[in-house]
Amino acid sequence: MDTNEPNASGVDIPPEMQGQVAITSLDKVYNWGRSASVWPMMFGLACCAIEMICAAASRYDIARFGMEVMRPSPRQSDLMIVSGTVTKKMMPIIVRLYNQMPEPKYVLAMGACASGGGPFKEGYNVVSGVDKFVPVDVYVPGCPPTPQALLNGLMKIQEKIRGESIKGSRWYQKGGDMAEIPVPLLGPDLIDLRKAADLKTGEKV
Amino acid sequence: MTTPSPLPAIQPSQSDISVLTTRFPEKINPDSRSGYSGWVVDKTQLLAFASALRDELGYDYLSSVTAVDYLPQDQIEVVYHAYKTTGGPGIVFKVQVPRASEVEIPSLVSVYPGAELQEREAWDLFGVKFTGHPDLRRILMWEGFAGHPLRKDWHEPYFEEDAKPLKSRWPEGHPVKAESRNKYGDNIAYPDGFEPQNKTFDPEKALYDALQRNSPDELGLSTDRIILNMGPQHPSTHGVFRIAVLLDGEKVINLKPVMGYLHRNHEKIGERNTFIMNIPYTDRLDYLSSMSNNFGYALAVEKLMNVKPPERAEFIRVIMAEMTRISNHLMAIGALLNDLGAYFTPMLYSLEERELILDIFEAVAGSRMMCNYFRFGGVSRDLPEGALQKIKDLAFERLPRKMDEIERFLSENEIIRSRGIGQGVLTAENAIRFSAAGPLLRASGIPYDIRRAEPYSIYDRFEFDVAVRQNGDIYDRLMVRFEEIRQSIRIIQQAVKKMPEGPVMALKPMYQVRVPPGESYGRVEGPKGELGFYIVSNGKPNPWRYHVRAPSFINLTAFGPMCIGQKVADVVAVLGSIDIVLGEVDR
Repeated sequence: MDTNEPNASGVDIPPEMQGQVAITSLDKVYNWGRSASVWPMMFGLACCAIEMICAAASRYDIARFGMEVMRPSPRQSDLMIVSGTVTKKMMPIIVRLYNQMPEPKYVLAMGACASGGGPFKEGYNVVSGVDKFVPVDVYVPGCPPTPQALLNGLMKIQEKIRGESIKGSRWYQKGGDMAEIPVPLLGPDLIDLRKAADLKTGEKV
Repeated sequence: MTTPSPLPAIQPSQSDISVLTTRFPEKINPDSRSGYSGWVVDKTQLLAFASALRDELGYDYLSSVTAVDYLPQDQIEVVYHAYKTTGGPGIVFKVQVPRASEVEIPSLVSVYPGAELQEREAWDLFGVKFTGHPDLRRILMWEGFAGHPLRKDWHEPYFEEDAKPLKSRWPEGHPVKAESRNKYGDNIAYPDGFEPQNKTFDPEKALYDALQRNSPDELGLSTDRIILNMGPQHPSTHGVFRIAVLLDGEKVINLKPVMGYLHRNHEKIGERNTFIMNIPYTDRLDYLSSMSNNFGYALAVEKLMNVKPPERAEFIRVIMAEMTRISNHLMAIGALLNDLGAYFTPMLYSLEERELILDIFEAVAGSRMMCNYFRFGGVSRDLPEGALQKIKDLAFERLPRKMDEIERFLSENEIIRSRGIGQGVLTAENAIRFSAAGPLLRASGIPYDIRRAEPYSIYDRFEFDVAVRQNGDIYDRLMVRFEEIRQSIRIIQQAVKKMPEGPVMALKPMYQVRVPPGESYGRVEGPKGELGFYIVSNGKPNPWRYHVRAPSFINLTAFGPMCIGQKVADVVAVLGSIDIVLGEVDR
């Protein structure tokens, strides 16, 4: 972002005060700060995690976007990069991690597996995409996506953040949809508690 | 292209046979099925047979244990591959039992402790109960999962057809979404009459019980012990690995690796794919070294097909496999240093060199990580213009210089020495017992390298030393990797000098390869250790059984014993020094 960009309110600033005063909207300056300091969670699932590490290394240098601070704890992170195949055995943990992240939070599905099951979709232990359980903001295609593709996806997240408004954002609203996603259970197969009532009948849910 | 002579099957030497047949008359018989080799052992004699094999014939290294479900013959077979750590060909022996919902076979853990995790896997996926196993729990799926998925009559929720290409896709092509074929609209299935409301599920209980078992209190005092779970989301576990540790203060009393969080059903999918469709899947096993995974699989199928790749392809294969080894070891060194607390800086040095190798892979195969480059009878395409020069520049100029630099930074570092020397020791004897492979085995003083012990491809033509260190601690494992990188550079230097011109494929490129019926076990010295592929073909376009002997997985057998008695902080360092990749551990 151009450093003059926050100063785009259309209000005339007297020449002697230019460079010292900026007039902007709260949304804009707030989102500008947020979008330039998205902290991803240090959370690698499979092959894509290696490309995520490469994106953080010297050649691709994720730090250019203010995202080099990978947090091992979900409590401190803004963005969950689901980098790899989501298995049924892992699904409860992913949901729990997502629930533990403070809002505002974003999810990036990296690669074919996280987006929809990918080459392993038919497998008995594979969830067909992380979006069956947690809401996804950006999908990055590829198997695995190159670091460039991941960076492009991250820029899409930034774009999305910049387009948000404090007034409209879900997590600043009273009575907003804050409910935690119920953590699925591991029974004879994965049990999605949101659908559990329908399981008995075996009807299409 | 020359007409290849048939490759020799795995056969023990003549004197071995006489010992075996006189000792167990009627109880062991040569496997007479066409395309098969080895011995069929009666299950009552299995333990005695294995003990004799280990103690008298010197087959001290149990490489692979797996099961095969012969549904048409109504039979379940457990297949063992054993080798001598002094080198030479191995021996295959099998136990056959009639098919039932649960079959029982004596466990070999008392003879070969390296079978522990592999037998658990066979129990989990095939329902083979190993009597006498100390800790027989499910390993890749969770406790309570319904069914044993690799049984041929077990169908997953998205099941469409037994073999690919699926009729809905080819030749007409009217694919139906898998979700719409399943009554739940999702990749799930429940047993009949299942009602989740009335049940409680506790997949963890068995693990915690196993952790407490056999952990007596030495002093007889009732002290508090803590169960600590590291992972599956933990920065030091290299992915989604989980370690459950029983602690007394900071001391590790017992440790159980927990895996399966990345179990993506490689083998089930592989048995449905046609032979050639599996090559891209092998890339995703050990995703740091896709080229050498391709190599192992190609070798196993080529053994069955009896084809030999042309000279130039062999050289390209060796160069690619050795480059993979370099990039993998660089990554391993960087990750180990991460685990020791040097946050990311050594990794940046490693990744800088790795990127240069990946550039070559991208030029050669079209993809940085998932190369999908090998074909049965060669490689998919020749080296592009300029690639050889790039390889030469790396092997003769840059890498030797950079390796000196990295080694200078690391090998004398005080923190690495004090955290590495004498920590996490695996003795030579234990390394063999636990079927450890690769750098883990060689750092313990066993100079066993398949490139030397049973040379495949054209490795017998190169001059290189088998890297070996004597102490078996974390520091030695680090130094073995440095040495292996140097030896790999040496091999590449020789290979690029000798590389001939010519074709890179022995066969015409074809959509489906014809693989004669039989079994084969192809193994290569992958960067992490012995990578084996056990393949059973019944003459159809799809493998009947496709099993991966994954070094990362089997190396974890020794993980618990290495950590017991250490401090909890050393667990992280020991795990880093084993160098696992979860794609391969869980498959």
